[in-house]
Amino acid sequence: MPTTANAAPALADVTTSDSTLRRFLHGLPGVDAVGLEARAASLGTRSIKTTAKAYAIDLAISMVDLTTLEGADTPGKVRALGAKAVHPDPTDRTTPATAAVCVYPDMVATAKEAVAGSAVKVASVATAFPAGRAPLGVKLADVREAVAAGADEIDMVIDRGAFLAGRYLKVYEEIRAVKEASGAARLKVIFETGELSTYDNIRRASWLGMLAGADFIKTSTGKVAVNATPANTLLMLEAVRDFRAQTGIQVGVKPAGGIRTSKDAIKFLVLVNETVGEDWLDNHWFRFGASSLLNDLLMQRQKLATGRYSGPDYVTVD
Amino acid sequence: MASPKASAFEYAPAPESRSVVDIAPSYGLFIDGEFTEAADGRVFKSISPSTEEVLSEVAQAGEADVDRAVRAARKAFEKWSALPGSERAKYLFRIARIVQERSRELAVLETLDNGKPIKETRDADLPLVAAHFFYYAGWADKLDHAGFGPSPKPLGVAGQVIPWNFPLLMLAWKIAPALATGNTVVLKPAETTPLSALFFADICRQAGLPRGVVNVLPGYGDTGAAVVAHPDVNKVAFTGSTAVGKEIARTVAGTRKKLTLELGGKGANIVFDDAPVDQAVEGIVTGIFFNQGQVCCAGSRLLVQESIHDELLDSLKRRLSTLRLGDPLDKNTDIGAINSAEQLARITALAEQGEAEGAERWSPACELPSSGYWFAPTLFTNVTQAHTIARDEIFGPVLSVLTFRTPEEAVAKANNTQYGLSAGIWTEKGSRILAVANKLRAGVVWSNTFNKFDPTSPFGGYKESGFGREGGRHGLEAYLDVR
Repeated sequence: MPTTANAAPALADVTTSDSTLRRFLHGLPGVDAVGLEARAASLGTRSIKTTAKAYAIDLAISMVDLTTLEGADTPGKVRALGAKAVHPDPTDRTTPATAAVCVYPDMVATAKEAVAGSAVKVASVATAFPAGRAPLGVKLADVREAVAAGADEIDMVIDRGAFLAGRYLKVYEEIRAVKEASGAARLKVIFETGELSTYDNIRRASWLGMLAGADFIKTSTGKVAVNATPANTLLMLEAVRDFRAQTGIQVGVKPAGGIRTSKDAIKFLVLVNETVGEDWLDNHWFRFGASSLLNDLLMQRQKLATGRYSGPDYVTVD
Repeated sequence: MASPKASAFEYAPAPESRSVVDIAPSYGLFIDGEFTEAADGRVFKSISPSTEEVLSEVAQAGEADVDRAVRAARKAFEKWSALPGSERAKYLFRIARIVQERSRELAVLETLDNGKPIKETRDADLPLVAAHFFYYAGWADKLDHAGFGPSPKPLGVAGQVIPWNFPLLMLAWKIAPALATGNTVVLKPAETTPLSALFFADICRQAGLPRGVVNVLPGYGDTGAAVVAHPDVNKVAFTGSTAVGKEIARTVAGTRKKLTLELGGKGANIVFDDAPVDQAVEGIVTGIFFNQGQVCCAGSRLLVQESIHDELLDSLKRRLSTLRLGDPLDKNTDIGAINSAEQLARITALAEQGEAEGAERWSPACELPSSGYWFAPTLFTNVTQAHTIARDEIFGPVLSVLTFRTPEEAVAKANNTQYGLSAGIWTEKGSRILAVANKLRAGVVWSNTFNKFDPTSPFGGYKESGFGREGGRHGLEAYLDVR
């Protein structure tokens, strides 16, 4: 089986065969679930007030991948989303833009137009999102179409079936192929942590994705029961921290799905701050995959500025 | 706030409000349901160790006061012990609920008087205090089924002397089982942390507890000695240093007093090469820096398998750099103040001895506040069994790091101490946990965690860490006449 060199020259030999890859992934330190969740919960008790809160809210807004991934998406819906990403709060132009809008491949061109002239990126899910159950050729075509339409970022899903069956090299090679098809677009690799189920699997998938050249590792599609949690995101942050220490390569992290309130988002930023530090406190290295989160951030931002809560009618519904 | 690396994301101060607690300028002794002055009028000051501010002036009990309190307890014993267990349980449940209702106030009070972070008093001390009362309330009417024979009898008056590291929690560990089993109590809180015990006295009144069932006598070592030596005390329970524990054992020798001692420790936290590393690092931190290391069961000796020593130490040092030391009332503070100038001096001296004996000292960049008693989180590497800091209890935020090669060596080193209170095992291999735990001579063995407490779990030591168990069904025995 032909194998291409992996993304980390320091670990070149671990992806030479299925067995070396398996040995490497299974040799990673185990994860004690109780301890991991306790650490995530304890960081969740940090009290972020006043200036720190204002900083965190603006940072969180700038990290949002404003997402619509519905069968009912229309050009109108996507245009509205693009406008909101560029100017989240029409009443306050000091509000930062979001990092990106995230859409299906067939909406990339529309999204591109909607954010034209701004720094907002267009991210496209691809590779038969969300299930990833399609032949490799179809997945790659999906990616190429999205890139051709102007996607700046590709959010791929891994083959969870292959991963759970222990066929790590297949997963690895598929990510390599998608990375190649993505060209200059940054690649986010979605593990669907809710389906991988164990923390040991999430750590292994994180390393697998990073070895294969992921620019970002991402928790979930938002389409299953368990999506981003403080614990699985903490674990992935530990993985990118350790990967950089070993290889010198920095990889971003994107929790997605289930993060709806400013309070939640701030807890995730605390995880980033105290696990990997300020090198990741930037939307080039950390994102939130979310849709309703943005409005809550905007309401909290207004509250900080005016001292009172407005209401859902004072933020836009798009 | 000494966050070493200036980060873009600086946490603004988030202090818990002091106004939730109203500390009176002075407090009396609590005897026979009343606050009263000491017979000889002596008082002492309780200060806040983080600022050295005087919090209150407290009456200091002398021998005459001890005698008065023991008489009150003796008098109350007759009716209290005759109450049906279900009636005693009602009082204990009521106390537990009041503790919960007043937990914010008590947490702030404890943080002010002890110096530990509000995060700990709020999330650990107070919930455990309430849980302990709830737990033993449940036993009060089930003593027939506790495994000590039919209708086991209480002992009488319990003289209890508690330390300053968990003032209210140690009070709960002592008072809850004593009352559940039908004993009455004379309790001496530590001289540096008398306030929460006095607030607890108020809670006893609020709960309508009969007069004399609980008596609180603040004071120094001589007050404690008088409680222990009083001829009409039937039971002595002490938590504190091994040196004082030995003195107490000598005092009660030859009397019919029943004795339990919970003394010092030098807990080994054993990390094998197949440990869940990130969680082990957290466990090491919790093991030695929880409550500034002023914990008898602290994991003060880290035994790490030599093959992962460097890697683990790198991770540990990185983690220590994120600890936030400062104002204990700030909700984001991880490391608070040392309880007293005396304790700070002891920690400082032992750390200096560690350096003098050739161990390598390391602390994260950490700015200490200018007033109050502070000690930076510290670890020592290149420590061997022969070093003083590997043998003596430091009772501060100082970790000694030793290495081992095989499980046998780990067990041998872990057990090679005069103490035997706690130990931790970190490995992903279940069979190794069981095999090693069986060989450790320590009263509490944690696996893949550390410093976890629960009222249902018995706690106590081997060797010079003391004898008797507190907590769980076993904790009832110390207060029942089952000799």
